Amino acid sequence: MKKILILGAGTAGTIMANKLAGALPRDEWQITIVDRDETHHYQPGYLFIPFGIYTPGDIVKPRRDYLPRGIDVVISGLEIIEPDQNRVRLQNGRVLGYDFLIIATGAHPVPGQTEGLLGDEWQRSIFDFYTLEGAAALARRLKHWEGGRLVINIVEMPIKCPVAPLEFAFLADWFFTEQGIRKNVEIEYVTPLPGAFTKPKASALLGDFLDRKNIKLAADFSVGQVDQGGRKIVSWDNREIGYDLLITIPTNMGDEAIARSGFGDELNFVPTDKHTLRSKVKENIFVIGDATDLPASKAGSVAHFEADILFENLLDVIDGREPRAKFDGHANCFIESGFNKGLLIDFNYETEPLPGKFPLPGVGPFSLLEETKMNHYGKMMFRWVYWNLLLRGAKLPIEAEMTMAGKRR
Amino acid sequence: MAIRTIANKALDFDAEGFMTNFKDWDVEIAKTLAAEEGIATLTDRHLTVLNFMRREFETKGDGPSIRRLTKESGVPTKELYELFPGGPAKKAARIAGIKKPHGCI
Ligand SMILES: Cc1cc2nc3c(=O)[nH]c(=O)nc-3n(C[C@H](O)[C@H](O)[C@H](O)COP(=O)(O)OP(=O)(O)OC[C@H]3O[C@@H](n4cnc5c(N)ncnc54)[C@H](O)[C@@H]3O)c2cc1C
Repeated sequence: MKKILILGAGTAGTIMANKLAGALPRDEWQITIVDRDETHHYQPGYLFIPFGIYTPGDIVKPRRDYLPRGIDVVISGLEIIEPDQNRVRLQNGRVLGYDFLIIATGAHPVPGQTEGLLGDEWQRSIFDFYTLEGAAALARRLKHWEGGRLVINIVEMPIKCPVAPLEFAFLADWFFTEQGIRKNVEIEYVTPLPGAFTKPKASALLGDFLDRKNIKLAADFSVGQVDQGGRKIVSWDNREIGYDLLITIPTNMGDEAIARSGFGDELNFVPTDKHTLRSKVKENIFVIGDATDLPASKAGSVAHFEADILFENLLDVIDGREPRAKFDGHANCFIESGFNKGLLIDFNYETEPLPGKFPLPGVGPFSLLEETKMNHYGKMMFRWVYWNLLLRGAKLPIEAEMTMAGKRR
Repeated sequence: MAIRTIANKALDFDAEGFMTNFKDWDVEIAKTLAAEEGIATLTDRHLTVLNFMRREFETKGDGPSIRRLTKESGVPTKELYELFPGGPAKKAARIAGIKKPHGCI
């Protein structure tokens, strides 16, 4: 029996398990997937929890319900990956060997990386919404908050779903308007980037949105320290911004097991070929999703497009050929903009987000870089698509490779 | 693209003012570029950072992030911001004669 081992049963690991189980003969291949716990979170749903739109029950499901039959599911943390021995040591003491390894361990927020972020005020006046616990605690706080200065701060890039903090700002504007206290709330968006977003056209447009919604933008601000007593964030070059309520997006990092294995970069991301998704660690190790060091967005849609490419390349390598499929950095993100409207952006390594219609050129139903109700429905529909199509590795009406059809420069 | 003459050398710069060929660089050029960035004198600490950036660029084809700079060059983040006020990764890259770092997406 040949062995494929998948580390991480999140978005990317689950898609790969489903694709491979459907393609490889069961009497020749043993597929094993490892995760530290039993529950799969629909992470895009974290965004809606603080505002009471979703509850935790809406976005948490048993992992096994989404994994294919006939594969081995192992619940354990990872101790270390040993590429030279083609094996992985688990925290439950087991040792798993493999012919091919797929690393899909994702990224997670690490607030301890910033001085003063954790501590007495954590989940009192300082909250994150990149974890379920954080989002749920914030929901309880916002319910009774009477107003003041709300500061949304990205500590450091890259983060997963780089538009989520902007969406949070837009939804906060909507939420406080609905609550009738918007006039008592000052919202400021503080980012280390030179503008609202990374790509120039989208950044200008989203910057306008912030303006129109009366959300202040502080750009080029790299936070070095949080002063909990003084309720202010302080940048490395000593600028200060005060808050009553701080929403932080902490440094996002890859898993500690990657660091223990000795091949992660300074954020524990795995060095990966940006086209083939083969690791630079060893020939029989591949990487997918947020765990890679690719210069692409860390998003579920990206993991989905990558899965198409990785699947083809694995089949090539299994047949003794060189991997031929090439990932182009394709990302496709709905951006919730509040008041039941949304935007949509579609881009890759080379082409920034452009206006147009999507996915059918000229028809839509979605509009790129434009605020519409339909885009909002797309975002809300994404939860159903995620559980029922995306995780199962089903074909979506969007190709892995980005297309210019329907777009205007 | 623009050709400028600095320290008696004709150098090619991109639209954002970054040198396009890092091999043309020397410390005299760095002094001029530093002055343009508002840094009057280049100290040994500046040069530690600049040389680290150039080594990274040579081996990886891209300048390092601030986090990597701090971790690998031994210069703490706080000091990096003092040495290159207003954005160490970008400013130091320009003075080091390497291309603008791709940074983050
Ligand atoms: C607030 C928020 C909003 C988002 N919104 C969107 C959106 O609108 N659209 C979109 O496309 N994407 C969005 N995303 C991003 C998306 O959720 C991720 O990019 C996607 O889940 C990445 O998939 P992955 O498989 O790489 O990682 P994950 O899905 O995070 O899976 C990693 C898995 O590995 C396991 N694991 C890690 N380390 C270990 C270990 N040491 N031992 C055992 N198991 C381990 C984890 O338990 C986890 O199950 C959002 C994310 C957040 C946080």
